Amino acid sequence: MRYLLRRAAFYLLTAWAAITLNFLIPRMLPGDPVRSLIARFQGRISVEATESLYILFGLDEQKSLWQQYLDYWGNLLSGNLGLSFAYFPTPVVDIIEQSLPWTLALVGLSTILSFVLGTMLGVWVGWRRGTWADGLLPVTNFLSAIPYFWIGLIAIAVFAVAWPIFPASGGFDPGLIPSATPEFIGSAIYHGLLPAFTIVISSVAGWILGMRNMMVTVSSEDYVTVAHAKGLPERRVMIGYAARNAVLPNVSGFALSLGFIVGGTLVTEMVFTYPGIGYMLFQAVGAKDYPLMQGFFLIITLSVLVANMLADIAYAVLDPRTRQEG
Amino acid sequence: MVTPAQAPAVVTEPTAGSTRRRRGLTGNLLFFRNRKTVIGLVILGFFTVLALIGDLIAPYDPSLPSEVGLQPPSADHWLGTTLLGQDILSQILVGTRGVLFVGLLAGLLAAVLSVLVGVTAGFLGGIGDEGLSLLSNIFLVIPALPLIIIVAGLLPDAGGLTVALIIALTGWAWGARVLRAQTLSLRRRDFIEAARANGESTWRIIVFEILPNLTAVIASGFIGTVIFAILSEITLAFMGVTNISEWNWGTILFWAQSNQALALGAWWWFVPAGLCIAAVGTALTLINFGIDEFVNPRLRTTGKNAKILRARRIRARVGFTPVYRGTGKEQS
Amino acid sequence: MTGEPVLEIRNLSVEYGYDADAVRVLRDVNLTLHAGEVLGLAGESGCGKSTLAYAATRLLPPPGIITGGEVVFTSTRDDRRYDLLTATDDELRATRWEDTAIVFQGAMNSLNPVYRIGRQLTDAISAHRPEQSARQRRDRAAELLDMVGIPADRLRSYPHQLSGGMRQRVMIAMALALEPQLVIMDEPTTALDVVMQRQILQQLADLRTRLGFSVVFITHDVSLLIELADRIAVMYAGEIVEDATASQMYRTPRHPYTDGLLHSFPPLHGPRQELGGIPGAPPDLMSLPRGCTFAPRCRVALDRCRDERPALTATAFADREPHRRVACFQHEREAAAIPPSLTVM
Ligand SMILES: Nc1ncnc2c1ncn2[C@@H]1O[C@H](COP(=O)(O)OP(=O)(O)OP(=O)(O)O)[C@@H](O)[C@H]1O
Ligand SMILES: [Mg+2]
Repeated sequence: MRYLLRRAAFYLLTAWAAITLNFLIPRMLPGDPVRSLIARFQGRISVEATESLYILFGLDEQKSLWQQYLDYWGNLLSGNLGLSFAYFPTPVVDIIEQSLPWTLALVGLSTILSFVLGTMLGVWVGWRRGTWADGLLPVTNFLSAIPYFWIGLIAIAVFAVAWPIFPASGGFDPGLIPSATPEFIGSAIYHGLLPAFTIVISSVAGWILGMRNMMVTVSSEDYVTVAHAKGLPERRVMIGYAARNAVLPNVSGFALSLGFIVGGTLVTEMVFTYPGIGYMLFQAVGAKDYPLMQGFFLIITLSVLVANMLADIAYAVLDPRTRQEG
Repeated sequence: MVTPAQAPAVVTEPTAGSTRRRRGLTGNLLFFRNRKTVIGLVILGFFTVLALIGDLIAPYDPSLPSEVGLQPPSADHWLGTTLLGQDILSQILVGTRGVLFVGLLAGLLAAVLSVLVGVTAGFLGGIGDEGLSLLSNIFLVIPALPLIIIVAGLLPDAGGLTVALIIALTGWAWGARVLRAQTLSLRRRDFIEAARANGESTWRIIVFEILPNLTAVIASGFIGTVIFAILSEITLAFMGVTNISEWNWGTILFWAQSNQALALGAWWWFVPAGLCIAAVGTALTLINFGIDEFVNPRLRTTGKNAKILRARRIRARVGFTPVYRGTGKEQS
Repeated sequence: MTGEPVLEIRNLSVEYGYDADAVRVLRDVNLTLHAGEVLGLAGESGCGKSTLAYAATRLLPPPGIITGGEVVFTSTRDDRRYDLLTATDDELRATRWEDTAIVFQGAMNSLNPVYRIGRQLTDAISAHRPEQSARQRRDRAAELLDMVGIPADRLRSYPHQLSGGMRQRVMIAMALALEPQLVIMDEPTTALDVVMQRQILQQLADLRTRLGFSVVFITHDVSLLIELADRIAVMYAGEIVEDATASQMYRTPRHPYTDGLLHSFPPLHGPRQELGGIPGAPPDLMSLPRGCTFAPRCRVALDRCRDERPALTATAFADREPHRRVACFQHEREAAAIPPSLTVM
């Protein structure tokens, strides 16, 4: 329990740091582009909305930094992240609300799938070290060195253009209206398959390698030898003794890598014009939509923190040493 | 993409490598005898040469449009042309410099930062350690790429140097974490204790006793950051966040994507750049594996051993010792 | 005392590494263990005691490789003799823990950190006695813990919640789970304090009288073996140099190395390598001397000792001490002939 409390404190601190960073970045960079954009929307934009943008970007030179910081928090806590420029005058929060579920489903599911698959393959490759299973390693090597989005491009070229069995873009059939009908869900799944496949292919290699190395290290621990000495069936030794322990560092590695992976997967969305955070972020960057970019950074960071926390809980469940002090 | 998960071998094995004995010449030679390392170094060397002389040997001006339009590879244009008739080979050759420059610069800066933070934290212990570890953990958890995108996006026309700086500022944390663990384990070793007992100054100990023993870890962190930097930079260029008039492989992909190269079936527009990224990335990972195996001998049934074992159909494994009668080894 | 042979190790050779890198760690080791016997295996650190134990059970990790010999086990369980070195994986699995159980050196790491003690005690039972119910297995586990003096509620503990001594005793309990004929113990008490060590050894002696298994007991501490063992084999640089009953060994050590060991009484804990009685250090296994491996450190070595390697054979007093073997050309000289200076204390 103490372990989880300590981790929770850490995440609160990190969330605070990320939010503060988000506050500071526009204040350390030249503010003129934002000012000129606001000027462009002059008249169409309400007074309150202008004020919230001023707070967001620290354009109000009358106020002390501290006052700005307090205002910023006030805005944030009341769920006000400003208005989007690109989708003027939609509030940033609304756009996030629309796109987050898509990303959570696609990135969340395929990342977990990739982790599970990679870990299982890693167990197997590590356990059968010195056999032909090692031949898998150079392939994973190569895959782990390619940016996600390029694999996405190739996947589209092969499976959507040259051999059109999957749609090349979008999150659902444009003829449908988002709703909870089976037809829509089916279409969403169908559109999600190729991006998911891309994410799995590009990230699975890391898990295979990590798990394989841990298996090799753990296999020479005394307790694995004891398990062999007890004459336990091979599967039981491999899973219950070697893999069960080797997976622990892999789970904490998972938590630590989430930040990296999410970055990569967001770009995958972009390639597939998938209506999630990543694609919208790309749109925001293209349109120099600063409030949207900031809002996305916050939501991405907070999601990663939550995912991290879940990984920590999984770790605590898997490792009895974190549960009881002893 | 390379994830930190590939590195735990180094982290969990702080005792295995980089001891004093390993520092000898034979140790270094052993590292360069590793087949993976050699392949990696050769590929990297090739691209380094391209980075240096790329603009000299490029057959065309990479930005110059011509009337040929979109063409598949031909004798005139080995890698084909873009929609505007620009020569893709020239774009790749000229773009190599930007890729390696940003990668190496960012890697270098991040390595310096991670050594400063990691070694100091590991050596200081106590409050200082807690604070610095917290800082690196926070930086690890905050997703770097979105942060980079925000910062680069807010800066109008961020060029290579800016990108390298931003990447370095966000990418040092993993290295610092690994270095801290290694420094902690080193600090308890006899020869450090002895140096401390002799009253050597902290700085002397860090520079002459600790750093040389961390070479492998620093190098591996450096290479990891270079990979991360190259991938980030290319991603940024691909998204069009950075200055799209500076050629690098990401810029090529940006133009390919924005001109619908996929729909046009112009595979030559995006395949070569991607393969180059993959080649450089693979080279760097191979070098890192070489370092890993050098540091953590358990990961290595050296190529030679593996060959001998295969030839004799011996499977070396835990729990069932192989019996092989009649090895050549004479009773000494 | 000597019953039927249980474990016969014949010409066992072991190497670490392959081909050019190979180090020969065991050279033609011969050793027989009889039913109900406690055999002590002694020698300096690095002489190959653990290697012998692991190789004989085929548990030696890579890069260890067995390059010759045979290890014949005679099982009273099903009246069968088999060579462990030719057995298949499945045969090995079936006989392991049923016939031979091992308590590993450094039991601190011998327990799986993520499983409860109870599960680790019962999983060997469920692998070998699938017909038993979960309830029976649990009761047996509780009974085993009780045997080594640990309350049964500890079954639900994780290894990290136990003290070092308790973990060691759990390992001993685990080894007895299937009532094996032979228990190999590799320095089971080295990491413990003297009181705990005594206590565990006492328990072990009681259990043995009760259950009648044979024991191979590995330690540096010859003085301990003299008390505990029926017979002692002394190893030096990968070979057995003397093999005799404990009392013979104690009264008339025939190999100068044995004599040195006996007179060095290593401290029960603290630096392990230092053996005051024998000057010099064990040889590098990569480049052994041509003659007797002990010759460079031996006070009584002659020219012959440096040229020829003595074999482990019956002594010159075979009529008086029939089961004794020693590998020394000089073993006939009386122990007193060893200069007193050697027996520094
Ligand atoms: N993996 C290995 N590779 C090469 N040599 C090894 C390896 N493991 C052990 N050795 C060598 O084998 C020899 C015997 O080791 P072993 O562990 O059997 O000694 P030991 O008698 O049990 O020592 P201790 O009393 O310290 O446990 C040692 O000289 C050691 O250096
Ligand atoms: Mg040993």
